[in-house]
Amino acid sequence: MKYMHLIWASLFRRKTRTVLTLVSIVAAFLLFGLLDAVRTSFNQAGQSANGAQRLQTGAKLSFIQPLPQSLGAQIAQVAGVKMVTYANWFGGAYQDPHNQVFSFAVPPNYLDAFPEVEVSGGERKAFEEKRTGALVGEQLAQRFKWKVGDRVPLQSTIFPDQQGSKNWSFDIVGIMRAKDKKTSGFWDQLFLLHWKYFDETTPYNRGQVGWYVTRVNDVNQADRVAKAIDALSVNSDHETRTQTEQAATASWMKQLADIGLIVGSIMGAVFFTLLLLSGNTMMQAVRERTSEIAVLKTIGFSNRGVMAMVLAESLLLLLLGGILGLALATTLIPIVAGASGGMLNLPVLGADSWALGIVLMALIGTLVGALPALSAMRLNIVDALAGR
Amino acid sequence: MGILLNVVLLLVLAASLAVWVILPWPGAVVLVALLAAWLVLTRRGRQAGSVANVGISTLPQRLGASAVIVVGIAGVVGVLVALLAMAEGYNQTLRRTGSADTVIVMRGASASEVMSVLDQNSVTLIAQTPGIVRDAKGEPIASSEIVVAANLPLKNGGADEEGSVQLRGVGSQVWALRPQVKIISGRRFQPGLRELIVGRGAARQFAGLVPGQEIRLGNQVWTVVGTFASDDAMESELWGDANAVADTYQRGNSRASVNARLSDPSAFGAFKTTLESNPQLKVDVATTLDYFDKQSEGMTKVIRVMGITVGAIMAIGAMFGALNTMFAAVAARAREIATLRAIGFTGLPVVVAVLLETMLLALLGGAIGCLVAWLLFNGRGASTLAAGTVGQLSFALQVTPELLWTGLKWALAIGFMGGLFPAVRAARLPVTAALREL
Repeated sequence: MKYMHLIWASLFRRKTRTVLTLVSIVAAFLLFGLLDAVRTSFNQAGQSANGAQRLQTGAKLSFIQPLPQSLGAQIAQVAGVKMVTYANWFGGAYQDPHNQVFSFAVPPNYLDAFPEVEVSGGERKAFEEKRTGALVGEQLAQRFKWKVGDRVPLQSTIFPDQQGSKNWSFDIVGIMRAKDKKTSGFWDQLFLLHWKYFDETTPYNRGQVGWYVTRVNDVNQADRVAKAIDALSVNSDHETRTQTEQAATASWMKQLADIGLIVGSIMGAVFFTLLLLSGNTMMQAVRERTSEIAVLKTIGFSNRGVMAMVLAESLLLLLLGGILGLALATTLIPIVAGASGGMLNLPVLGADSWALGIVLMALIGTLVGALPALSAMRLNIVDALAGR
Repeated sequence: MGILLNVVLLLVLAASLAVWVILPWPGAVVLVALLAAWLVLTRRGRQAGSVANVGISTLPQRLGASAVIVVGIAGVVGVLVALLAMAEGYNQTLRRTGSADTVIVMRGASASEVMSVLDQNSVTLIAQTPGIVRDAKGEPIASSEIVVAANLPLKNGGADEEGSVQLRGVGSQVWALRPQVKIISGRRFQPGLRELIVGRGAARQFAGLVPGQEIRLGNQVWTVVGTFASDDAMESELWGDANAVADTYQRGNSRASVNARLSDPSAFGAFKTTLESNPQLKVDVATTLDYFDKQSEGMTKVIRVMGITVGAIMAIGAMFGALNTMFAAVAARAREIATLRAIGFTGLPVVVAVLLETMLLALLGGAIGCLVAWLLFNGRGASTLAAGTVGQLSFALQVTPELLWTGLKWALAIGFMGGLFPAVRAARLPVTAALREL
């Protein structure tokens, strides 16, 4: 630390060059921050401790095939099951059929299975009492400027009522907030309506259930319970497939896109370029300081000391730019997520993204500094001072 | 004075970039021709040419620094072109699925086929609507279809991992309706039997989709009897007889949509009016071209925006890399440039020479980026859960000439921005000070 000012001074010996290089590094790590947020939002969806405790049971045939309502009582009897609830896909859309809203028809106990979602007691009670009541996610409400007390028209892209009209209307009675935006940010986009109102209004459902959600007593028993639930309907015309919520979400995300590969290839290209770019800067910086380094050695700096100082300089360069870039990403992410109108649900950069970023900075800094540092170490005082 | 000049420069930069972005390629050819004419015909042009020549001939001495520009820009262009190729491939695959002379009729206000339900009455009425082509026997070329999802084991997945694939039950006229569908192995399914033909794309992604194999849908066993190719979104589906599929999925006589061939695209207007004015029906009518175009809209936009955002951030990094290199190059040649100025060269040839050098490097980088993107990604398969379907859609990335042109445009724009400021600095260097420097 004693030589910090010396390192700092040599880093900013040529201000233009260092600043230009810094901007490139900032851009690279800004991109890293943004893409890592996308990757994390894919990977962490549903990966909460609560998600491991919940099982999703759907028809084995396909996820759009409904299940009989009677199955619920049977599932509740399976040993190890704490509670059972269910939901139906409503297929809601607001104003335009392509403006889709994630909307589920659910029974009153649905929220009991999701302790990570916050709804005030009064609003919860209002939902239970109002037949046409609806609970909406915080961001969804913001997106369409809905507030509690509004009566909103929602089109179902699937289900008509008895008269054949697909225009439904609901009274918003409460707002749902996800306690942990990272793992359950999905809830902020959700629209919940009463299953009973849904089932009685549309002639198409007739007491069927889209999927069951089961909470187990013991996470370690989840696999056994899942098998027991599937065994209930084996060889019937409604065979089921039960997975933990974690596994089910991970499988959907994987089918949506191989985001790891895309992010990985982009970052590979970016960091390779960065390596070359900052490497060039460091080479130039050391080359033009040849005589200065010779003087340092003459007045008693050891070979190793000189090498360490050059390495420190390149590390400092990368860390400065990288941390600035990640900080910029941290401030930009909420803005980007806001501007996308709920399309992108990006988490704030977590500790692991920062840690990965800093490891990358250190790694690139060392790689970039290695060659100039070695040549500085091997520098022969006499030759260097003679300009040979 | 200096600040004022920089502001003017920035404005010039912004204006030229705006023009550049909307410039089609003939415009670029004209620009290049004008530049070439100027270089050859005028005195200053020839001066600029010879100065640029000196700079370019000394490039090998500055290999490392020049490589920063080339590789930096190649990276930007490669990533940009690859991401845009993904959007393009997705969009084209869906667009190809539709045509202007076939129509899709669904229940009103259904966002996609999966969400639509038509009862048997409506299905019969729709198929008899005038405007639909009839075959030699007088039957309308219309296929009433049912679209559902099936869970099947993934090829590259874990032991218990299943993916979703779209299963389409089709009517007997489907072969006349979609002549692009060709059986490439095995045979067609037989009506009434639990037989399936599988699309080439689906067969690539899911395990066990080989002719002769049996697969389980729920508790029923179906036999795969053939593989088909169609070069569009249908390739990601499984097809079976509509009645058999409806039976397995307990859909009775209802169907999701009626697809039909019209005598020609101009018949669409009348066809649509007839159906929409029929009080017995409540349906939406669209040409399949419109339908699939609309389905692809959202996702295509998302990928495009992502590509341009990533490209823009990378471009900023590459631009500053180029600035750095060119400032260093100009500084290294300060004496040389000052000498030229002292013997009577004006500023303009010097500016043009430095710009030419940077843009040449940028062009090289852009070409490498395009080539790499084309070699690595053109035709490469990808898949996603497409909007409006319930299965994985596999598509191939398409590196089209337009995308390559976009990539080159970006490369030249980055080169221009990276070269302009160093060029102006070179031209404004006080002659005496530069000559006195070491």
